[in-house]
Amino acid sequence: MSVTYIDAIREAQEDLLREDDRVFLYGQDIASFGGAFKATKGLAEAYPNRVFDSPISEDAMIGLAVGAAIEGMRPIIEMQFADFSSIAFNQIVNQAATHYYRTGMPIPITVRLPSGGTPGSGPFHSQSMEGLYAQYPGLVVVTPATVSDAYHMLIDAVKMDDPVIYCEHKFLYRWLKAKSIKGEHLPIGQARIARPGKHATVVTYSAMVHEAVRAADRLQQDGWEIEVVDLRSVKPLDIDTVLASVARTGRLLAVGEAFPWGGVTAEVVSRVTEEGFHLLDAPPQRLNSRDTPVPYHPKLWAAHRPTPESISEALRKLLSF
Amino acid sequence: MISLDGEFLRSAFRSMLKARILENKLSSLYKAGKIVGGVYLGKGQEAVSGCLGTALIQGKDCFAPLIRDQAGRTAFGEPLIDCTRTYLGSVEGPMKVRDGNIHRGRPHKGMPAMISHLGAQVPLIAGMLFAKRLKGTLDGCVGATCVGDGATSTGAFHEGLNMAAVEKLPMVVVIANNQFAYSTPNNRQFACGDLVERARGYGVGGYSVDGTDLMACASVIGEAVKQARLGKGPQMVVAHLLRLSGHGEHDDGAYVPDSARAGYYGRDCIEIAIEQLVQGGYASQAEIEAWREEFSEEVQRAVAQAQQEALPDPYLENWSALSTTFPYIPS
Repeated sequence: MSVTYIDAIREAQEDLLREDDRVFLYGQDIASFGGAFKATKGLAEAYPNRVFDSPISEDAMIGLAVGAAIEGMRPIIEMQFADFSSIAFNQIVNQAATHYYRTGMPIPITVRLPSGGTPGSGPFHSQSMEGLYAQYPGLVVVTPATVSDAYHMLIDAVKMDDPVIYCEHKFLYRWLKAKSIKGEHLPIGQARIARPGKHATVVTYSAMVHEAVRAADRLQQDGWEIEVVDLRSVKPLDIDTVLASVARTGRLLAVGEAFPWGGVTAEVVSRVTEEGFHLLDAPPQRLNSRDTPVPYHPKLWAAHRPTPESISEALRKLLSF
Repeated sequence: MISLDGEFLRSAFRSMLKARILENKLSSLYKAGKIVGGVYLGKGQEAVSGCLGTALIQGKDCFAPLIRDQAGRTAFGEPLIDCTRTYLGSVEGPMKVRDGNIHRGRPHKGMPAMISHLGAQVPLIAGMLFAKRLKGTLDGCVGATCVGDGATSTGAFHEGLNMAAVEKLPMVVVIANNQFAYSTPNNRQFACGDLVERARGYGVGGYSVDGTDLMACASVIGEAVKQARLGKGPQMVVAHLLRLSGHGEHDDGAYVPDSARAGYYGRDCIEIAIEQLVQGGYASQAEIEAWREEFSEEVQRAVAQAQQEALPDPYLENWSALSTTFPYIPS
């Protein structure tokens, strides 16, 4: 009997609805239809006055959530796709994110962003927005890569008093399986060593953790031991765990699925260079998607994002210095 | 329409007058270089704003004021000191001067702090009402917000009002059509005749009112609030008037044609209100003068107090935008 990443997301929401009257779900097609990805399947039936279909109004969905949070509620907002949160960008970064600093009242909303690419999804159903939101003060941005993180980080996100951007990877929804949902429970803000090693460190998050582990497996055949750090939350970023890993290996490759200009990988490289320059035996490297919109065709898509092949290649280059 | 209640008219007028006196003082302080940043006045919009604030119930309703709602804020119970502290840089202010001027509020008292992005408070008020419904405390409550003619062109306004209508929330949206969004006239802002025509499209109650007329505002806005309170869903009031100041005090409003200033809506709602109150026997001229004295002193005190208080100290500032500490372990 195995459970999937999306089972964990659904179960977390069910547990939250059961345990906390302040929690409600609001999003497009999430009530009786159960959501575009079925992350809320059956929840409207179990909690009929707590799970609501919204109009196609991403801006107003977050505006409503902020208003409800001011009134003491803990809304979970499902964006049908992370890409569509661009419509809600203003409410997220200007209304929700500034509220605590401006007024002293935190805004405990959780925004679920079905993120990242899947074959055939194209430019508007594939984006990775974590770097964009992490840029703004006042937001916590989490990127679970495992089934138990998908569960525990969603629970913790809703319990947290601040707004959380919960980036769930669509590729992992049904592909990623585990024996149980409630495995290891690490706190938000702490990274995890997904695979120990000693010759180089890959710092990554979300679905790229699995691609990096595959690349590490390939390099192991040649005797290289690659450490993979799963950031888990990109903001706050657990730089201590990253620096400790780089101290062990002397080499850094930051991998992300988002677009290459700026973003999480640039932040990781920048912070390590600034705080751990003396630890580095080679120039730190970055690997991201290509600098184009995410292409539709599976063959183009597979070459647009980092893959085990391209990560391996980047690691070989890093190890050659 | 509701019958005009003398006490309502007197309360609304007092908020109008207090706001005008306060804002005249803010303008002077700005011109004397005592205020950093913008100063945004509600001159000419006090009847609309004051009537809305007066029609709402403090401690029960919620109200998201916008840029020209000093009168409504006052009527809804915001103390003058919140305004003077925010404009004059006192750390005692509700925003600890992390935000300034009209970007202030008391969200825990049902008055959220506006952001500059227009229309954004419409769904926010909808959310406050939605939460009250979930908590079982909505009965008899109203949520209100104000926008200008310019905000009606935003996606946020449309999304928010449509959402409130779908959710059948007791919301009142007052549109003060002051004819100019900063410098942009109505004919570059929308193509319908009167913005109230949109109410039918949204499936909400619609009202059009002369925003320079206290009696009309009291009656129409009072009715809209009453209908929302009775559970008739969102209500939209379009008030016609003219902004009697610049967009902010940095702006002389030279783009407003003389014909508009000399036209019907160029009249001052405070002067009209005084005529109406005196002629209707709701207040005497002497009483109004006494109020003027009282409010002038109150404004002076609020300014003096704020000026004596500490300015922010960047070395003492808590530079954290999050309330959580990490790693986060839920209690």
